[in-house]
Amino acid sequence: MIEHLDMSLVDWSRAQFALTAIYHWIFVPLTLGLSFLIAIMETIYVRTGNEEWKKLTRFWMTLFGINFAIGIATGIILEFEFGTNWSNYSWFVGDIFGAPLAIEGILAFFLESTFVAVMFFGWNKVSKKFHLTSTWLVAVGANLSALWILVANAWMQNPVGMIFNPDTARNEMVSFWAVLFNPVAVDKFLHTIFSGFLLASIFVLGISAWFLLKKREGWMAKRSILIAAIFGLVSSLTVVFTGDNSARTIASVQPVKFAAMEAHYYGSENAGLTAFGVLKKSDKKIGEKEILDFSFRIKIPGFLSIMTGGDKNTYVPGIKDLVYGEEDSRQILSVADKIRQGIFARDVLNDYKRAIMFNDTEQIRVIKKQYFQDKKFMNENFRYFGYASLMKPEDAVPNVALSFYSFHLMVMLGFFFILVFAASVFLVLKGSISKHRWFLWIALLSIPLAYIASEAGWVLTEAGRQPWIIQDLMPVTRGVSQISASSVMTTFILFAILFTALLIAEVSIMLRQIKTGPKHQED
Amino acid sequence: MISYVFLQHYWWMIISLLAGLLVFLMFVQGGQSMIFSLPGNETQKKMLVNAMGRKWEFTFTTLVTFGGAFFASFPLFYATSFGGAYWVWIAILFSFVIQAVAYEYRSKPANVFGQKTFDIFLLINGALGPFLIGTAVATFFTGSNFSLDYMNSVKWGTGWHGLEALLDARNIALGLAVLFLARTNGLLYILNTIDDDDLSARSAKRLIVNAVCFLVFFLFFLVTLMLSAGLTFTSGAPGIVVEHYKYLHNFIQMPAVLIIFLAGVIAVIAGIGITVFQGSRKGIWYTGAGTVVTVFALFLVAGFNNSTFYPSVSDFRSSLTIYNASSSYFTLKTMMYVSFIIPFVAAYIWYAWKAINKSKITSGEMNEEGPLY
Repeated sequence: MIEHLDMSLVDWSRAQFALTAIYHWIFVPLTLGLSFLIAIMETIYVRTGNEEWKKLTRFWMTLFGINFAIGIATGIILEFEFGTNWSNYSWFVGDIFGAPLAIEGILAFFLESTFVAVMFFGWNKVSKKFHLTSTWLVAVGANLSALWILVANAWMQNPVGMIFNPDTARNEMVSFWAVLFNPVAVDKFLHTIFSGFLLASIFVLGISAWFLLKKREGWMAKRSILIAAIFGLVSSLTVVFTGDNSARTIASVQPVKFAAMEAHYYGSENAGLTAFGVLKKSDKKIGEKEILDFSFRIKIPGFLSIMTGGDKNTYVPGIKDLVYGEEDSRQILSVADKIRQGIFARDVLNDYKRAIMFNDTEQIRVIKKQYFQDKKFMNENFRYFGYASLMKPEDAVPNVALSFYSFHLMVMLGFFFILVFAASVFLVLKGSISKHRWFLWIALLSIPLAYIASEAGWVLTEAGRQPWIIQDLMPVTRGVSQISASSVMTTFILFAILFTALLIAEVSIMLRQIKTGPKHQED
Repeated sequence: MISYVFLQHYWWMIISLLAGLLVFLMFVQGGQSMIFSLPGNETQKKMLVNAMGRKWEFTFTTLVTFGGAFFASFPLFYATSFGGAYWVWIAILFSFVIQAVAYEYRSKPANVFGQKTFDIFLLINGALGPFLIGTAVATFFTGSNFSLDYMNSVKWGTGWHGLEALLDARNIALGLAVLFLARTNGLLYILNTIDDDDLSARSAKRLIVNAVCFLVFFLFFLVTLMLSAGLTFTSGAPGIVVEHYKYLHNFIQMPAVLIIFLAGVIAVIAGIGITVFQGSRKGIWYTGAGTVVTVFALFLVAGFNNSTFYPSVSDFRSSLTIYNASSSYFTLKTMMYVSFIIPFVAAYIWYAWKAINKSKITSGEMNEEGPLY
């Protein structure tokens, strides 16, 4: 255990990981979606033999390549930062978390990296069909890699399929299938990759709209819009469906996060869903934490209850109920009780470790029999192991404003994109999209909005899980590596400079490639 | 019934194999390290960059998989080394991050930092990447200054967080040996894949110097290693003890590993030999295969025969072995099933590699329209 916790070390370590993750996620969703869009376009080229389709495919492929490289670069840092900055966490979960990462490398990364070389450099070296197969395999590989990292992330949100081993002081996997088919993992994977498809579709749509605004590349732009709009519409509807499932799962396994993302402080039946709201400070408090109130709110009555339980009589606990408990009527254990149970589990583990240190075989035998072989103790105490590290019950509450705004921003933009895609399909099929310049501007300006929505989703996922690095089992304060805060601050600054410089280079190169257009892209 | 001990050995072998493949694939870094010194003109430079650039992702992916496999199979090493030797790993990371974008961006229009900046990135990655990885791997034998508490939290003994490894001549020697091996393999790969007489002559000339440098540093490391003491894990108290000539004993007590090691070294030398003395262009395949096998055997020497593959010089009891640092039986077994897919992965990599490499890179191709770095 960390004896003297340096909070600035924790903060800098969190900041560095957040910085890397945010930058990484600028590039990844475009890779996920654009890979499939390119594969669809190339399929049309191979089937029709029309060279214009080849030019079109290669244009989007060039943009894909520019984006792909920087996505890989930031991805490796994330993987290694688990070890460099979160070494206690790495040991605690390596038995479970490491497996999906290793599988990701063997199964997905090699598929992606092998065939991406054929995709870029094989046009005149391999047959059309082999090239097309390579393009599809890159898309499959990219999305498979997302599967495994999301399985790992889902485990952090909802740890399943494991047991705590007191001898090694870590969690160990007992069911690979439980980890893989963790309900959070299924929802998260589908929601994430389809949101990537959505973003890539907006990207293609927006850039094609720019060509139409400039009265250039009309043939290519209209076909790109049609493919992106159909792909995007299907993806965005799936995002709504998977998002709904995801919210229901969060309500079940991370109720505090769910309450925070709705700024739902007091539990009730017939709870309303906030469609739009603006928060303000209030004079009420939970412990030392201020409660936020709504200065403006559009509410759908009963919908939060219906969303979580299927009918409006479903009780949806609020933050206050989840912190202080409602044992009498609702069987909600208070955080204070969880802290007590967690401290008891930690004390038993300390006694056990001390017995091992002094080779006290009798004490080891007694503790094992009395506690570790007792399912009730393991379920009721070790389940709350992480709570032993909380200083006070209110520490279990994440940042409500951040969770609320990131969630609502993501949802609102999601519905906006559905309208954009539906309108695009309609206007392209009608043959009048070039005439509606206002719409073309909306499509173009939607590109940054898609990135904002995508990042907001991850802010909710990660910030909403706080204070936990692994839900209920390990707070972030306990997962951090024992290095100096100044070292992490230095690397944070170095990474920030490097990522920003690379982003500037990427955007600059990409804008030039777009300006050049498909017909002269190799000049 | 598959035993836990078998799985721990199996996964150390997988790690060793990945390490061997990684060092071989660092021919990309080796080539990059000569970006300013080897080519005689811009076209040759372009050919060099494109020859290496079409393979950089293999090296990158192998490095990521190497890290992922370590995390999964020996998480205590991952936590201890990465969390402790912070600055070494961060330096390695930086050198690889700048490589990933350098190829894609260097020759693209509107590249705001200019082609030279990205070429310098390639040089930095080419020189620093193999050297630092070699230095870090040397600590598998020479040890690091760390201790683990009863909850397996790592405490590093110096404020340098891994950089102190650069003060040990043996670590430096292995780092330089890996760098010169990467350069040797890079030159052999250029000879194999680029069709340009002048560049070939330049490569052949530099091959001898780099191969000799590699052999000198490698032999220095090997001899000092054979004469060094190591730590041995015993099942009874006191657990981990010092054993003189530990790694020499490992070779003697594991003759199969010794044979693999010698076969690897011979193949490395044979590849260089047929290139230098017979003018063959297929030396990369001998030296490359020899590299994989040699590194594989060295890793087995580090981890097998009750060795501590990550010795602690400040607290012997904290040293890591394949027994105390591994994942659980269940995880290792589950991943073993996944590892059965590796031959299929190797097969499609081989197929795609051949498809791309079936015609050599020429100066003419550098002037054609098409995707080029």
